[in-house]
Amino acid sequence: MRWRPIAVVLGFGLFIGAYGAVLAQGDGKMAKYFVGDLRTGYTFATPETQAIQDDDFANPAFLWVDYAVELWEDPSGDAGKACSDCHGAAEDTMKGVGARYPVYNAELGKPINLEQRINKCRVDNMQAKAWKYESRELLGMTAYVKSQSRGMPVQVQIDGPMAPFYEKGKAFYFQRRGQLDMACANCHEGNAGNMIRANLLSQGQSNGFPLYRLKWQKLGSLHRRFRGCNKQVRAAPYGYGSDEYVNLELFVANRGMGLPVETPGVRM
Amino acid sequence: MRHLRPLSVTLTALAMSLGLLLGAGAQAEELVKYQIVGGESIDKSLTGQPGDPVNGRKLAINRKLGNCLACHVLPIPEQAFHGNVGPDLSEAGGNLSEGEIRLRVVDSKVLNPDTIMPAFYRNDGFERVMKKFQGKTMLSAQQVEDVVAYIMTLKGN
Ligand code: HEC
Ligand code: HEC
Repeated sequence: MRWRPIAVVLGFGLFIGAYGAVLAQGDGKMAKYFVGDLRTGYTFATPETQAIQDDDFANPAFLWVDYAVELWEDPSGDAGKACSDCHGAAEDTMKGVGARYPVYNAELGKPINLEQRINKCRVDNMQAKAWKYESRELLGMTAYVKSQSRGMPVQVQIDGPMAPFYEKGKAFYFQRRGQLDMACANCHEGNAGNMIRANLLSQGQSNGFPLYRLKWQKLGSLHRRFRGCNKQVRAAPYGYGSDEYVNLELFVANRGMGLPVETPGVRM
Repeated sequence: MRHLRPLSVTLTALAMSLGLLLGAGAQAEELVKYQIVGGESIDKSLTGQPGDPVNGRKLAINRKLGNCLACHVLPIPEQAFHGNVGPDLSEAGGNLSEGEIRLRVVDSKVLNPDTIMPAFYRNDGFERVMKKFQGKTMLSAQQVEDVVAYIMTLKGN
């Protein structure tokens, strides 16, 4: 008889958990997280983690979102304006916005992501200071705006002026890097559904960001996740909001085209 | 067919001594010269010494060194999680020769350029390595030998 380590059984348990999610594809609750071969990170999460995301009262991300609800109405900066002065009710005017970012910004001649759009409004229209990446304000507002698109399919523009930036993002995705010499694709294309030690690899989709990670005990941006993935292969990460990561964000969003926005997601 | 790897060892050695002369800072470690036999095996110990399988087992567990468990199932029951990105190695010592295992640990990409398995004894040709790991190998030559000695003990039942 072949000897089997207990650990394998444990790992296998997790694996079955994920497989269970595949089987559940047809059932009503799960169906919306599958689009063709695409699956959101939610389908790889444990039932406990899924339950936290399912319930807005249990989801800790709403501590940030609720704060952003206040900020939306709060005049700030030398222009004395609040977001609501220009945009009215977020539920109406922000619906669908988060689903189509990053977008091309003609003035800058390059794509900008939602965080950068929010900060452009602060600086240009409110004459207020830009919020820092990973600040309570910027994470909260990004999640609040993007959550107005919950359930709507991700759909970004990649042609026209966006084409060269998309190509750069794509090249980044397939470039091996770091001392471990791995590309994003090595883990998230070829190995989604496999275990890297205790981690079940997902497809690395972005539709849930910003999201609350139990490991971080905090809401975090997509760029924080990119930095983490770069660092775990011992590659020097790029800066928050860097052109490299915005291009990558564009590629990753398009790779998950059609998946429903699930911001704010919850993950291990 | 026989070829020498790394080709640049002599050059590296030269650069090293130049670097020392110039008092340059971060330097690539000098790698031990090794020979790939028939494109599929490194027959000789990198250090000329036998490996220590007990230490090899520890290295296979250590997340900062071998971390073989990240991707492979190994007969290490006290560790809770074993990855399955790579094949089960429980019988690898019976299926492969020592030299074949050594080449896979040193640089699997010689055999399969598309593999996800990192090269544990290579220190150049990487993109954007974090500063503190630049010019370094994941394992030292002796650590490679220890891991190889450990895998060689895995013959299944
Ligand atoms: C060594 C393996 C590895 C590499 C290489 C890697 N990742 Fe990840 N990534 C992970 C793990 C593990 C997680 C956490 C579990 C999961 O969701 O896959 C993760 C999570 C993610 C997530 C979050 C998904 C979610 O739903 O929460 C995104 C997005 C992501 N990765 C993108 C990337 C990108 C882009 C790159 C390249 C810059 C990359 N990853 C490189 C291992 C990797
Ligand atoms: C990030 C993933 C990863 C890590 C870490 C890793 N391996 Fe591998 N390994 C693989 C994959 C995948 C293969 C399959 C062969 C291929 O891809 O070419 C493999 C193949 C092997 C083989 C050949 C097995 C066979 O039956 O042909 C050996 C031996 C091996 N690995 C040993 C090790 C040792 C020892 C370590 C740690 C020092 C290690 N591996 C770390 C992914 C990994």
